[in-house]
Amino acid sequence: MDKETLLTTVQEKLKAQFGDGLISSEMIADYPVFTLRRDIICDVVKFLYDNEDLSFQYLTTMAGLHYPENKGQELGVMYQLHSLTKNFRIRLKVFFSINDPNVPSITPVFKGANWMERQEFDFFGIIFKGHPNLKRILNMDDLGYYPMRKEYPLEDGTREDKDDTMFGR
Amino acid sequence: MDRKTKIEKINKAEACLSVGEGHGDTKEYTTLNLGPTHPATHGIFQNVLKMDGEIIVEAESTVGYIHRAFEKIAEHRNYYQITTLTDRLNYCSSPINNMGWHMAVEKLFNIEVPKRAQYLRVIIMELSRIADHLICNSVIGVDTGALTVYFYIFSLRERIYEIFEEICGARLTTNIGRIGGMERDFSPKAWATLDVFMKELPPALKEFENLLVRNRIFMDRTIGCGPISAEKALQYSFSGPNLRAAGVDYDVRAMNPYSSYEEFDFIIPVGTNGDTYDRFMVREEEMWQSLSIIQQAIVKLKKEPAGIFHADVPDFFLPPKEEVYNNMEALIYHFKIVMGETNIPKGEIYHAVEGGNGELGYYIISDGGRTPYRMHIRRPCFIYYQAYTEMIKGAFLSDAILTMSSMNVIAGELDA
Repeated sequence: MDKETLLTTVQEKLKAQFGDGLISSEMIADYPVFTLRRDIICDVVKFLYDNEDLSFQYLTTMAGLHYPENKGQELGVMYQLHSLTKNFRIRLKVFFSINDPNVPSITPVFKGANWMERQEFDFFGIIFKGHPNLKRILNMDDLGYYPMRKEYPLEDGTREDKDDTMFGR
Repeated sequence: MDRKTKIEKINKAEACLSVGEGHGDTKEYTTLNLGPTHPATHGIFQNVLKMDGEIIVEAESTVGYIHRAFEKIAEHRNYYQITTLTDRLNYCSSPINNMGWHMAVEKLFNIEVPKRAQYLRVIIMELSRIADHLICNSVIGVDTGALTVYFYIFSLRERIYEIFEEICGARLTTNIGRIGGMERDFSPKAWATLDVFMKELPPALKEFENLLVRNRIFMDRTIGCGPISAEKALQYSFSGPNLRAAGVDYDVRAMNPYSSYEEFDFIIPVGTNGDTYDRFMVREEEMWQSLSIIQQAIVKLKKEPAGIFHADVPDFFLPPKEEVYNNMEALIYHFKIVMGETNIPKGEIYHAVEGGNGELGYYIISDGGRTPYRMHIRRPCFIYYQAYTEMIKGAFLSDAILTMSSMNVIAGELDA
């Protein structure tokens, strides 16, 4: 099955199962990418895990996303699933408001999502509902902010000895 | 006090302690901090262990002691400046991380790397895989009490570092290669050192195996130590030798070939029990396979036109210094690259390579700016280390230390 067929196959299956839960699907570079409504993400992952034609039973990685310009959809999570038996790779995305950063945890399906979700909670403040132990993992517990969000500068803004106008973003 | 009265006294004391607990659990547990700094943990990790005598009842890991915010820093650096960050992930096999990053960026920029440069990269990646596995396997020896193998094998690793030094000038944090290929061709001395290494490795590795593989003490110590089943390993998203030791033949080099790996002939060794011995054996066999891949690459290189080591991408590959001084065009390109004025395509890609300890993936989102909009690293250590607490439950403390060293957990990659 080539990438385009995979895209349409998964799209049809998700459409049949979840209806308008699937917001969009497209090819980005060599990856089929599916944007979903956030409340069904755990069900979708479970569905793709159990589906015998696809069997996405390996969670490759997970990453938080922050687009401050997308009002109402600022935060997001990216999931990458891999079917080891058939060698398909897909990417799932959910987006939601920064004022309500809740998303269902996928730890019931993948145990390995535990620390990945803790990491995204730590850096983006995304709250994974149903996570067994959601606390900061790499930063200190009393950090008080979520450092990977775009509004936090890399360095202390009060420093005057460094001029970054020519370099960096 | 003779032995009998001593035991009676202890029993009495235990009976006193258990009074008032009333939960059916009459034992008194000890809390033991293994780490953050401890000679047996090979890095800065903390594990809070609840011990029943020598047996671990519960464990909790604390990570993040050397967190350096690479993903945040990467959002503020040009693409060519991020390579140095990747050095510091799994520092036992930096060149693989470097190559992985270059390949990810090349995928984003749509750069086709010439075959010769790809083979050179394969040689470097396999050399560093050997270096990585040598360290890990000899450290398993150290933790079982066999210090000799560790010192013995370091002369081989030294040879590999000499080759790296000859190619890129650095030994540990190599920053090897550039976007579009290699920064320079292998020097004659590098080829000569590689030849010496290729001759030295087989007998030394054989001797290393003779010392450990069928060693009764080593086998008793490692077989059945820290096992994990294939189902559980997949649940925890294991990758690399740890997953293969559990019996799953997943190798990125074979499944999603990059850098012309599809042209090479190699086997993927798998284990059965996923215990320390299997992990050790899988790494041993992988070193032999890497050796064979290097030999194949050397043969393939001879058929390629000499002197080509990078793609013709002046927008991303720095021109030679003497050109910059004497040629206007080269000076402009040099300036554009260094100041980050090159046009970067928009895009979103994920590229994975088979690192020393698993699938090392780079996820880049580019919005056309001079730096990545978002860069995420799939760090194999971070993902499989979370199973550690479950793997050591019910084991002896000394087995817990052995399990950790056999999992090849590298602090730099764990905490990124």
